[in-house]
Amino acid sequence: MTRLARALAPFVLIALLMAAWEVACRALAVPVYFLPPPSAVAQALAGDWAGLLRSAWNTLSMALVALLVASLLAQALALVVALSPILERAVRPLAVVLQVTPVVAIAPLVLIWAGLDHAGRAIVGLAAVVAFFPIFSGAVTGLKATDPDLERLFDLYGASPLQRLVRLRLPSAVPYLLEGHKVAAGLAVIGAVVAEFVAGSGGAQGLAWRILEAGNRLQTAKMFAALVVLGLLGALLHAVLEAAERVGLRWWRGR
Amino acid sequence: MIAALESVEVDYPRGRALGPFSLAIEAGEIVALVGPSGCGKSTAMRLLAGLEAPSRGDVTRMPERGETAVVFQAPTLAPWLSARANAALPLELAGTRRALALTRADRALARVGLAGAETARPAQLSGGMAMRVSLARALVTEPKLLLLDEPFAALDEITRRALADDVLNLWADTRPAIAFVTHNVEEAVYMATRVVVMTRGPGRIAGEIAVAGPLPRPPGFRTTGVFRHHVEAVSHLLADGMVA
Repeated sequence: MTRLARALAPFVLIALLMAAWEVACRALAVPVYFLPPPSAVAQALAGDWAGLLRSAWNTLSMALVALLVASLLAQALALVVALSPILERAVRPLAVVLQVTPVVAIAPLVLIWAGLDHAGRAIVGLAAVVAFFPIFSGAVTGLKATDPDLERLFDLYGASPLQRLVRLRLPSAVPYLLEGHKVAAGLAVIGAVVAEFVAGSGGAQGLAWRILEAGNRLQTAKMFAALVVLGLLGALLHAVLEAAERVGLRWWRGR
Repeated sequence: MIAALESVEVDYPRGRALGPFSLAIEAGEIVALVGPSGCGKSTAMRLLAGLEAPSRGDVTRMPERGETAVVFQAPTLAPWLSARANAALPLELAGTRRALALTRADRALARVGLAGAETARPAQLSGGMAMRVSLARALVTEPKLLLLDEPFAALDEITRRALADDVLNLWADTRPAIAFVTHNVEEAVYMATRVVVMTRGPGRIAGEIAVAGPLPRPPGFRTTGVFRHHVEAVSHLLADGMVA
């Protein structure tokens, strides 16, 4: 009973909120362009689900490509940096500045570099920039997070630098890499959406573009529909990544 | 003689950690290092292992690389490796063929009573079992000098006593020299042929006591007069070392 109640609780809350929203919209006669009732949003969803799915895939695929690019770059750079303390000192401040610079602020620049006709490239590039840092700092931390006694053991048996890297430091970094990728994937979607906003209707036809388009026409219900799909996409991605991290950790430590 | 520290002193930035301190470990003996926290016992172990150099004084070590093994306070296993691969690690680092290394690791695991647990990961093992894997890893190279740095400190009393007997039985096979650190006076007397008591840090030698009696210990050794007598003597030295 309590388990069932616990599983149902969030859905009950959502249903209650939606009901309140619907009733309020009707009772107060809120204009549809200002706040459409859930029924109107549902209609918008049902009316264009194929287009919305296409857009969702558009955004998601760009985020995933960005994640892949970021993953490769971040891990390669982390490896170089972890092997050379002086290089790490050199790179750190730069990385921090880049990391704290809001992605929106550099988006117009990236758009110019990618070429206004290649909004897709700019979006992938920007999403990759945001996805880069969690993987990079995770990898750097992980490569240095070895058990000091295990390090001593490797000293004791005269391990070579290569043996130390392959048999100790890389495997030690795995949990940090999993965590970094989980965070990065979520950020890649955010990065893609932000970049789409900046790119406007230039060429990309992702979910953010749908929100912009509908907004320009005051089709508020369609905006909500795209938002709902974006929220579901985020939740789905989060669930997949949580599961991936769990499976990865189970593989790593054998349970 | 297997390893010796001669008038060694170790200084760290925050002050002296050890010494002047001299200790020679003879072949086949079991030396217990007992002393208050922070007296430099672990530093002495690292000097004996060759993992650290003294600020002053001489360290002589007879074993070649791979002939010294260390067991730390925690099992210090690689979580991503099976018990077998963990135990095989020293051999693999030395370039032993993988198949041979794994065979010898299995044999070492069997010696510590872990036959059947070869494929288990550290996370699947109890604290005592993980410590046994750590012991198997130390034994796999058949070391001439085995250093144990408070190896059982994190275990419950029953597991501790069982492991103490296991270490003595394993010692009886090949008779490596053993030096171990402990806070536990009874454990020191039970396991050692010689107990070295250190003063408060920076540690010097407060005194030594040779422990009589057969090794491995017969059942009921803890209740004998000899055992009680040695425990009392070590406790007295320890108390003297605290005020010295």
